[in-house]
Amino acid sequence: MTSAPTRAAPVRSSRAGGAGRLTGANALLGVLGFAAFLASLEAVPRLGLVSPDYLPPASRIGAALVELVGEAGFWTALGDTVRGWSTGLLIAVVLGIAVGFVVGTVPVLREVTASTIEFLRPIPSVALIPLAVLVFGTDLRSVLLLVVYASFWQVLVQVLYGVQDVDPVAAETARTFGLGRWARIRHVTWPTALPYLLTGVRLAAAVALILAITAELVIGAPGLGNEIGVAQSGGAVARMYALVVVTGLLGVAVNVLARRLEKWLLSWHPSLRREVAA
Amino acid sequence: MRLAVRVTRTVVAALALPVALLALWWILTADSESYYLPPLSEILAGLDDVWLRSDRLSADVLPSLLRLSGGFLLAVLLGVSLGVAIGSSRRLRAFCEPVLEFLRAIPPPVLVPVLMLFAGIGDTMKVLVILSGCLWPILLNTVEGVRAVDEVLVETARCYGVRGPARLWHLVVRSASPQIVTGMRQGLSIGIILMVISEMFAASNGLGFSIIQFQRTFAVTEMWTGILLLGLLGFLLATLMRLFERRVLNWYFGLRQAQRGGSR
Amino acid sequence: MSAMSQTQTEAGPRTEVLLDVRAVRKVYEGRGRSVEAVRDLTFAVARGDLVCVVGPSGAGKTTLLKCIAGLLAPTSGEVVLEGESVDGPPPGMAVVFQEYGRSLFPWMTVRKNVELPLKQKKLPKARRAELVGQALDAVGLGDVHGAYPWQLSGGMQQRVAIARAIAYEPHILLMDEPFAAVDAQTRADLEDLVRSLWQRLGVTTLFVTHDIDEAVYLGQRVLVLSSSPTVVLDDVAVDLPAQRDQLTTRSSARFTELRGHVFAQIQRAKKHSGASVVE
Repeated sequence: MTSAPTRAAPVRSSRAGGAGRLTGANALLGVLGFAAFLASLEAVPRLGLVSPDYLPPASRIGAALVELVGEAGFWTALGDTVRGWSTGLLIAVVLGIAVGFVVGTVPVLREVTASTIEFLRPIPSVALIPLAVLVFGTDLRSVLLLVVYASFWQVLVQVLYGVQDVDPVAAETARTFGLGRWARIRHVTWPTALPYLLTGVRLAAAVALILAITAELVIGAPGLGNEIGVAQSGGAVARMYALVVVTGLLGVAVNVLARRLEKWLLSWHPSLRREVAA
Repeated sequence: MRLAVRVTRTVVAALALPVALLALWWILTADSESYYLPPLSEILAGLDDVWLRSDRLSADVLPSLLRLSGGFLLAVLLGVSLGVAIGSSRRLRAFCEPVLEFLRAIPPPVLVPVLMLFAGIGDTMKVLVILSGCLWPILLNTVEGVRAVDEVLVETARCYGVRGPARLWHLVVRSASPQIVTGMRQGLSIGIILMVISEMFAASNGLGFSIIQFQRTFAVTEMWTGILLLGLLGFLLATLMRLFERRVLNWYFGLRQAQRGGSR
Repeated sequence: MSAMSQTQTEAGPRTEVLLDVRAVRKVYEGRGRSVEAVRDLTFAVARGDLVCVVGPSGAGKTTLLKCIAGLLAPTSGEVVLEGESVDGPPPGMAVVFQEYGRSLFPWMTVRKNVELPLKQKKLPKARRAELVGQALDAVGLGDVHGAYPWQLSGGMQQRVAIARAIAYEPHILLMDEPFAAVDAQTRADLEDLVRSLWQRLGVTTLFVTHDIDEAVYLGQRVLVLSSSPTVVLDDVAVDLPAQRDQLTTRSSARFTELRGHVFAQIQRAKKHSGASVVE
């Protein structure tokens, strides 16, 4: 909504910079932490604190993971998930940019749509699951409906903030220099909105993955989520955990990728260097 | 007079589009024969029949809300306390960071089948699912907030003997509260998703269960009423969250405005 | 509060040492190099004194103040307050920081900001209310109890910080360039406020500043520090009358003389600065 932590794109980029400053000692602690995490995952079921039927030791999950990687079916499922995620995200970003710029640069439109956006945005996209099932079945389109609905708002809201953030002096200057409407959008509005847009894309990328896997899990559309459901109902517990690990790794990859993209685009953009440094 | 004109204008601007959209929906579906898209008039009538004139509010909506609030509040408690601990110690933070990065990247809905193994399909499972989904945004935002506590304020507290629980509350938690509330807001929207999914997956009552039940029995109008109700609920909870935010972070918005006014 | 007033303000035999800074040295250890901020500082402050510490920018003044406040441990030497070696913020000390905007709790009203340290001292409620009221009245903020700090001007925020310090009933009050960030007019008002509070309450005050005029105008004594690595260059007794005001005091011949003397010391200090990095 309107509070700063979600809006302040520069603050977030400074945080990414903080993660890059990991010193040797900190990295070592991190590795130790991860090792401790794995060790306790191994020890807890082996010591009988939790039944291995519920939580297989880390080594068995690892073995299942290796086995999984050897299967062609796994790669198909992974491909399906990535396809649903990326297609949905792409549609949402394009839609979000288009709607955001049109609505954001026309004051009347912004005023008129504000209440509608505030109402539609918090509607949980999972509410659309039954509709998707009914209309599209277990098709990719079901996945896309949920993914696009959920991630569209993330992009739109950030773009609206960004367009609103344009310095009135800069806009006025551009106008006195006789820049036309398109030139103003290209040289003034777009550079200002870019950091916000990228924040929106990063948030949307994470949400899109959640919704893609949810759709597969609940609706049964092909993909990793569906595989998890199948493994669970088939009692293949270690395999299920291995798939969960894969979704986690996919999530990490999405986060890292989005942050890289954000950093790269912002450092590349000369008008925004100052904000990146801040 | 001027004020009246301005208020009218704002109200009209806020209501025009929703009213127009609803009217459009109403007109376009008025004599809809489509199986998927019953007339809006029927859906609205159904909203009354299905939810208000039956015991569904107490039999389905209430359990859903109880699970959500249970999981969410536990997540706030756990997330803030863990976040304060991790955020206060640089070493602990370095130790936990990779594991946290991994755990929070797992899409929360996949925890439904995992937690079903441990907790069956009862309320415990659902509360745990909601808890484990809401936890990460709250925890990670709290860590960020605690890290950003102002150095001068820390020294002030030391000089005036503000320590122990008073320090935790008056200095650390209050100072991190903008980030904590952001985490809570993100957590709440994930919590609603998880509430619905966990009920769709395995349940005998609840909002998510009813909606999926309507869909499976091809009760399309009823299904639409469920979707509408869920949307309304999402909006309502978001509004409550915003009221809470306004109340708790009143100082923060004021401070920001003062800083902005001063620097420009 | 008022029981202590009046008696000690006129110069009398004050021999009891309240604060004793003994051969304090502070070296910051960085990666691969260490910086000696404070080389050797020794001085004493008697009970009831108002001592100003003045030095050029970057003279390790803040480092010194943090060592005295127990926020930093000196590399060698020690700070003794009321006969006890300082190894953490001592209970009888209050500090007013330069960054007024950052040293007040923005989520608390003015009243709560002043009251919080008193709660920590476990004072009963009635006594707290009394102290808060007196302190806010003393700094001229009797009518803004319910306001938040960010609703006030910079000068008023610093008044709140001063009110918090005096409500704490400290034995010693440390002020770290408290008026460096406010405008000139406000600054003059605040200087007079500090002077009158000191005269009324008789609280021992150590006032750190980079402003020579301010140091001479406020202090009974002015300690002149060198550039970093810091040593005490001079200890100037200010023999101006106890009743001072911005116009007459600052235009008096004695003021100009003292000011010139301190200024010359600092100029000399600047020339001899350098070599702050050891090894």
